[in-house]
Amino acid sequence: MMTEFTPLSSFVGGAMIGLAAVLLMLGEGRIAGVSGIASGLLPPYGDGEWLQRLAFVLGLVAAPFAFALATGEAVQQTVSSNILMMIAAGLLVGFGSVMGSGCTSGHGVCGLARLSPRSLVATLIFMATAFLTVFAVRHVVGG
Amino acid sequence: MRLIFNFGIGLLFGLGLVISGMANPAKIINFLDLAGTWDPSLAFVMGGAVIVTFIGYRLVWTRGQPLLSAKFHLPTRTDIDARLIGGPALFGVGWGLSGFCPGPALTAFGLGATGTLAFVPAMFAGMWAAKVISTRGGAPAVTSPRGQVT
Repeated sequence: MMTEFTPLSSFVGGAMIGLAAVLLMLGEGRIAGVSGIASGLLPPYGDGEWLQRLAFVLGLVAAPFAFALATGEAVQQTVSSNILMMIAAGLLVGFGSVMGSGCTSGHGVCGLARLSPRSLVATLIFMATAFLTVFAVRHVVGG
Repeated sequence: MRLIFNFGIGLLFGLGLVISGMANPAKIINFLDLAGTWDPSLAFVMGGAVIVTFIGYRLVWTRGQPLLSAKFHLPTRTDIDARLIGGPALFGVGWGLSGFCPGPALTAFGLGATGTLAFVPAMFAGMWAAKVISTRGGAPAVTSPRGQVT
């Protein structure tokens, strides 16, 4: 299915993500990596920052409701309802992001902004396998 | 105070994802579909986020320490090991299949789509499995607080 190309709102939304990352560095001195924050909610625990992480995740969860409240618009989304595929994808995303020490936010945004070679490698690899996966699903297997 | 601050940062991050369209997996998959219904929006999200973070981090780092914590917690590793290649490779496959990475999936969780409700618990299960394996096998992948995310 088509989605509308939204350069302006995407750039503004991206800048807000960047601002959140900068403020987290200013306040807590930490990288805004969602996989690191979310996986930190699970055992084994390394430190006493559990509640701070939970607060961050609850902020994420609250965002679409705050958006709907402020604008009166519902958040548009199209999510696959193929349950088995979504479970497999969730396992891969969770496992891979922790194994690779980061995801789109930790490596893709914060890591690239820090000019980290590890993050550049990780970002290039996950972009490559994601492009290949979508090509395979949409143009080889499906149609 | 710190809880409210972290909640606010999560909220701002999530609003950025919603406004940029990235809470909608269809836009992610279309960005990845160069040969089909390509939607370049994600490149603008990354551009906006990286530019602001690049400049903002450098301003913040001129301070001696953060406001609410004793010191900056920055990743120090520079080695490229098998985990840094295998982890992102698997992550990218899951991201391409679903159109979800962790931030957008958590942000979209409350909207309650069936696929999201299947994805998020599986994502946590995968994270837990990776943490358990990392902890058992030699050097842990996650050592620093809030995850060693780079």
